[in-house]
Amino acid sequence: MELTHRGNITQETRQKNPLITKAAGYGEDNKHFFIEDKDHPYIQEKPFDWIRGYQVGGKSLTWGRATQRWSDYEFTGPKRFGYGFDWPIRYADVAPWYSHVEKFIGVCGNKDGIDAMPDGEFLPPFELNCVEQHLKKSFLKEYGNRYLVHARWAHLTQPTQVHLDQGRGQCQARNLCMRGCPFGGYFSSNSSTLPWAAKTGNLTIRPNSVVHSIIYDEQKGKATGVRIIDAVTKTTTDYFAKIVFVNASALNSNLVLMNSVSNRFPNGLGNDSGLLGKYVCFHNYRGWMNGSIDGFEDGYTYGRNPTDAIIANYRNLKKQDTDFVGGFTTFAGAYRQRGNGDQCPEQIGATYKEAMTEAGPWHVYAYVQGETIPKESNHVRLSKTEKDQWGIPQLVTSVGYDDNDDRLLKDFFTQTEEMLTKAGVKNIDHADTKQAPGLDIHEMGGCRMGKDPKTSLLNEWNQLHHCKNVFVTDGACMTSTGNQSPSILYMTLTARAVDYAVREMKKGNL
Amino acid sequence: MNRREALSRVAVLVGGSIVGAEFFLSGCKPGDKAAAGLPLSAEDMAYLDEIAETILPATSTPGAKDAKVGAFMNTMVTDCYEEKDQKIFLEGMGKLNAACSKMHGHDFMKATPEHRKELLTALDKEAKDYQKSKKPEDPAHYFSLMKQLTLLGFFTSEVGATKALRYIAVPGKYEGCIPYKKGDKAWAT
Repeated sequence: MELTHRGNITQETRQKNPLITKAAGYGEDNKHFFIEDKDHPYIQEKPFDWIRGYQVGGKSLTWGRATQRWSDYEFTGPKRFGYGFDWPIRYADVAPWYSHVEKFIGVCGNKDGIDAMPDGEFLPPFELNCVEQHLKKSFLKEYGNRYLVHARWAHLTQPTQVHLDQGRGQCQARNLCMRGCPFGGYFSSNSSTLPWAAKTGNLTIRPNSVVHSIIYDEQKGKATGVRIIDAVTKTTTDYFAKIVFVNASALNSNLVLMNSVSNRFPNGLGNDSGLLGKYVCFHNYRGWMNGSIDGFEDGYTYGRNPTDAIIANYRNLKKQDTDFVGGFTTFAGAYRQRGNGDQCPEQIGATYKEAMTEAGPWHVYAYVQGETIPKESNHVRLSKTEKDQWGIPQLVTSVGYDDNDDRLLKDFFTQTEEMLTKAGVKNIDHADTKQAPGLDIHEMGGCRMGKDPKTSLLNEWNQLHHCKNVFVTDGACMTSTGNQSPSILYMTLTARAVDYAVREMKKGNL
Repeated sequence: MNRREALSRVAVLVGGSIVGAEFFLSGCKPGDKAAAGLPLSAEDMAYLDEIAETILPATSTPGAKDAKVGAFMNTMVTDCYEEKDQKIFLEGMGKLNAACSKMHGHDFMKATPEHRKELLTALDKEAKDYQKSKKPEDPAHYFSLMKQLTLLGFFTSEVGATKALRYIAVPGKYEGCIPYKKGDKAWAT
């Protein structure tokens, strides 16, 4: 009510920023957490919406906060069904580190005992509303193995001591997360890890730093630091370190590595295989469904739920059971419409107004998060001619969908419509947004993990095969996409890699 | 992604059943300028206030005029509408008045509350019939835009959200299933 356009975007903003205004959650209230298009050009060889935010804390302020664990079905799927490259790790390698991260950042959820989405260290879940409870029961009764479960989301429903020690408080169910929560109710770098790092007394934040490259010392045979350009003054500064962690966000990490050239690495740091920038992948977010459901008129909700319920993947788990490879997670939920005026005999005037102040019918929605298949042809590279305002080569994106994505989407529509129909949902509608890759904001790969240095960039510890004191633990490291929300896996791999790096350093190996 | 995003997308899917959703769909065309006639005059906004008040009048709770919906419509049409929709809206202001003259023999501002309600009820039906039969690329009906902006402007205003609806800035917790009985006010958000 305090916002001039009540959260809506003006035409002027839209016209100046045709790319970034498409981003999920972008609005009048939080556009300062997103770039302006003109400042950060890149070249779309195929349509690709590259969503970025360069403030301190980055996209941790505006992320979706879904934090389900990967299962072994996902780690082993590409190998078992022959559609991709094998991961060098399995669920057992990351499970304890998932626990480590969950306890620190705070993840709410319910222990459901589902193979496809392993349980974690959960704070109490956001309740399902009465329609969501009905859907859960119906799916289970009709199918036996299709589970709608409580959100697993990075929210403090009941903070523990470690969260209080970070200076955070309980989620207040305002659902204004993307403005950056003053309560620290959800995990962001700003609410959690940065204050925690500051407590060590060893943290220096250096904002307005555009990373130019990683400095490689030919004699020592390792990286010695990072070269940055001040975003405002455009001056160059070198920072030195024993170990470098590259977490610039998936495509920027690729960019930094590709721009880190030396005699030893003329094609980008660690890139002996020639695969850096290749096998870029993302999540298929094109499918949306909705409908309405009669009844449940005596039920309502209190507070604003900042999460969605989750239907765990039920496709291609133990065996290949569809005409596409990979799986999909479905996010779903129900909400009660504000206003009950649609069926009111008067559509103008006092009676209509009163009806519009009551709760209306229930609606159900669902949307897909589908696995995509990494392909060598889906790649990013540096432009040979175009540079940004800091003199860094612009990124060229050449990433697209394939037939498998279309088949997965079709199956999502067919199955979800059937499930909703059996549950009594009516007026079911669906839409293929046909959105470009990238708008999912789940870009991954380009610097994948693998056992063999000939076919991968990183080893099982996210360490560059050919430059051991450089670790890449963000989305760039992903060997395949799975179907779970990836951010918490990056955090998990990071914690695991840091632990390894410290041990190696103490042994004198780094 | 999160629920907020989902809801706005769902609104788009169902053809903008959430008020104001229609213009979120429209892609931008660089170079578009505001149509001539914007921003509106105080007189125009007073006229829009009366239209909005007819749709959502003051009852035991405040009405559209209390929420300054006329001024809100001006802001939204000037800043957020594409030029083609601005034109529809501006022409619509004239068309509505002409329809009033035709039905009641005088301008809308001079019409009685009963006459105003009768007119807008007829226009609402006309707009709904048109929106149902029109092709997606056809222009919107001006009265659909006015009514959407009225609903959006009123129910997201302070008086609309806190007096006509229920609003709690900081709920403190979420409960999935609480009792509801007919007549209870809906949550503003």
